[in-house]
Amino acid sequence: MNSIAFIIISVFTVAAALAAATLPNLMHAALCLVLALLGLASFFFLLGAEFVGLALVFIYIGAVAVLIVFTILLTRRDSKEHHGFNWSGALIALAVLCGLTWAILKTQSLTFVPPHVRALTVKQIGQVLMTGYVWPLQCVGILLTAALIGALVLVMEEKR
Amino acid sequence: MSSALDQIFVHAKHWLLSWIVGAPNWVMQIVSSLINIVALLAVFLTLFALISVLERKILARMQNRYGPNRVGPFGLFQPIADGIKMLIKEDIVPARADKVVHFLAPVVLAAVAILTLGVIPYGRNMTPFAINGGILFFFAVGSATELAVFMAGWASNNKFSMLGAMRAIAQMFSYELPLIIAVLPVVMAVGSLVPDRIIAAQGEYTLGVVPRWFVFTPWGAAAFLLFFVSGLVESNRTPFDVPEGESEIVAGHMTEYSGFKYATFFMAEYLGMFAVSGLAVTLFLGGWHAPLRVLEIVPSYVWFFLKLSTLLFVYIWLRATLPRTRVDQMMNVAWKFMLPMAFTCVIAAAVWHYAGRGLRGWLWSLFVIVVVYSALSILLDTRRKFAPRVYRFAE
Repeated sequence: MNSIAFIIISVFTVAAALAAATLPNLMHAALCLVLALLGLASFFFLLGAEFVGLALVFIYIGAVAVLIVFTILLTRRDSKEHHGFNWSGALIALAVLCGLTWAILKTQSLTFVPPHVRALTVKQIGQVLMTGYVWPLQCVGILLTAALIGALVLVMEEKR
Repeated sequence: MSSALDQIFVHAKHWLLSWIVGAPNWVMQIVSSLINIVALLAVFLTLFALISVLERKILARMQNRYGPNRVGPFGLFQPIADGIKMLIKEDIVPARADKVVHFLAPVVLAAVAILTLGVIPYGRNMTPFAINGGILFFFAVGSATELAVFMAGWASNNKFSMLGAMRAIAQMFSYELPLIIAVLPVVMAVGSLVPDRIIAAQGEYTLGVVPRWFVFTPWGAAAFLLFFVSGLVESNRTPFDVPEGESEIVAGHMTEYSGFKYATFFMAEYLGMFAVSGLAVTLFLGGWHAPLRVLEIVPSYVWFFLKLSTLLFVYIWLRATLPRTRVDQMMNVAWKFMLPMAFTCVIAAAVWHYAGRGLRGWLWSLFVIVVVYSALSILLDTRRKFAPRVYRFAE
């Protein structure tokens, strides 16, 4: 049952990601990226990490995706002409792939037997965030607030 | 007897499942989910049909008219006539529109609305989709609404559609913040994101008379009002229906939609309204609990739907009563008033908890709310007098 679900989700995710990378219309590519993110979130659901999956949907589909589509809409026209092969993009993709492969091979628990990890509840995550990781949390909070204020300052209209 | 009546739908589902007993586990799971989905759709599509005619009747009553009264007794068959009319209307897609995205937008919007309805408990043991972080699921899935609205506005390839979508998204984003922060005090007080536990925490009666619904605490009352107003905005209802407007922006992101696709938008809007009201009932009004212990013989789902219809009536009442707001005024209220007010509710809930959740906590949290709200209204008052409006982009 779980492996069937895994295959369906991974085919869906990879297809959506490929479409996002290859579609000529940027807006379509962005919407396909949303589908790929949805596939990732369902992976987390399959693994029993409901909170992470929901947070992914909330943040990436609810906020970041809308930001991406608006950025595309407001900054450029859809250019239909072909640009040729994007060498820098390929280089970055290769570097990311190498980094990920290295990280995966370095992990100690690289076994094909599913480890029996108890699924984290929201309560446990909250307790850890408020005790052990309280400083990183506060720092992220300050960073985000600064970004918000910065965005407001940028768009604030000048007084005549 | 009363408990049998209370659990009648649960028993009905078990009876249906007993027909396929012995089937593999995953078949049982899928059939069980399908039963839930069919029941949910049947109930809420009927409620949508009913409320669409009731809204017109109530609006008519408040405006001294008759309202729809031709089709069937008291015009009750009006939704059937409307449905047939919408189905046989011509479906027009603009030549320059993006066909696929144009088609998908109303589908996504309706799907999101139906998904959010799934996590609300409609009665004792009657949660269609009981998940560990139900409240989080509601908002996570609900946040895809903005994307659907954007898809509708962009794919139509029409200036009115795009501008309307931008308006709608701006107001939804601004009011999502107070909406979610108004939920936080309840989550804090219960210590759980599961809707069933939130309802269980409101099940007791103080002195055996007053139910312990969160709306009866000072922070709960304030958060409920904030939640209700934000919910009005999220479902694009009057007085906050600025994404639509015949004289300025036609029908907003729905301008280029016709026939059944338009009806789907309409339906998604109503389903979203049911979902937000249902969550308000769950969080603040005690869910399916009866207001008095004596009245607990009445089945739990009856109480839920009574509370839901009361809230829906208030929605319709407001639509008949209030004029529309201006876009900039709406945004000002969201960021300058509702956001700090929602944060105050969080603090007041903490004060209530640490002062012992009794009368002392009640008074202390009332004190916090009153002091901060008065300070806000004094500090943020710009003392601007009424004056002729200045137009920046027009003479």
